[in-house]
Amino acid sequence: MDDKAHRQERLAAVRPRLVSFALMHLRDRSQAEDAVQEAMVSALEKHDSFAGRSGYETWVFGILKYKILDAMRAQKRQGRWQPLADENDDEAIDRLFQQNGRWQPEARPQSWGEPEAAFENERFWQVFDACMIALPDSAARIFSLRELMGLSTEEICRELGIKENNCWVMLHRARLRLRACIEQGWLEGDAS
Amino acid sequence: MMMCKEATRLMSLRQDRPLTFQERLSLRLHLAMCGACRECDRQFTLLHGVGRRFGPAEDDEPPASSS
Repeated sequence: MDDKAHRQERLAAVRPRLVSFALMHLRDRSQAEDAVQEAMVSALEKHDSFAGRSGYETWVFGILKYKILDAMRAQKRQGRWQPLADENDDEAIDRLFQQNGRWQPEARPQSWGEPEAAFENERFWQVFDACMIALPDSAARIFSLRELMGLSTEEICRELGIKENNCWVMLHRARLRLRACIEQGWLEGDAS
Repeated sequence: MMMCKEATRLMSLRQDRPLTFQERLSLRLHLAMCGACRECDRQFTLLHGVGRRFGPAEDDEPPASSS
C-alpha cells in the first residue's frame, strides 16, 4: 500500500470520532460533516507539516478545532445562535435546590461508582451524548469549548464576545444539568 | 455558612480557574460535611476529563485533579 492510501485509511478510521466531536460543538449534522471534510482535506494536503511530535490523531483533531471555530463564528455571524440566549434559563437549576440552597431530596447527587470505570463503559458515552443533545444550545457549546476543545474561559470569552463571569455562570449551569441528566440515565440503566 | 447551591458554584469554578484562599476554605469546609456535594464534586471532575475520549491518551493527559 502506498503512503497516500495509507494516510487516507488512517483518516477514515478517525472520521467517526471527528464527526461526533464536531457535532458536539456545531449541533448540526451537515455542518459537522462539512467541518470534518475540510479538516480531512487539509490534513492530506498539509501532511508534510505533520512533524510527528504529537500523535497523528492529535494533529488531525488540532486541524479540526480551527475548522470548528471558523464554522462557529459563521453560525454566530448568521445569527444562528447567540452565546447568551439561554442565560436566563434558571428554572431547571432552581428546581434542583430548596429555597435555603440545600439539594432537593430527589436531586441529591448519588454515587456513580468508580468514576474512571465510567469512561471505559460504552453505555456511559451513550448517556453522555444524549445528555449533551438535551442541553440548551449555548450551554452545550460553551461546555464543549471548555471541556472537549480545552479552551480556557478567557479564550472562550474572547471567541464569543461575552464576559468571563457569564462564562463561569453558564458552565456551572451546564455542569449541573449534565450531571443530573447523566445520573438519571446511568443509574436507571443499572437498575434494569 | 455556605449551602449546597453555592458550593456547586465553587466546584464548577475550580475546574476553570484556581480558587482564592477564602473560596477554597469554605468549599473544603462544606465538602467535609456534605456527602451529596462530595459526589457532585467528583462528577464535575469526571466531566472535566471527557475530552480524553476524543484525543489519544498518549499526549492529552489532563492535569492532575487532586486539590
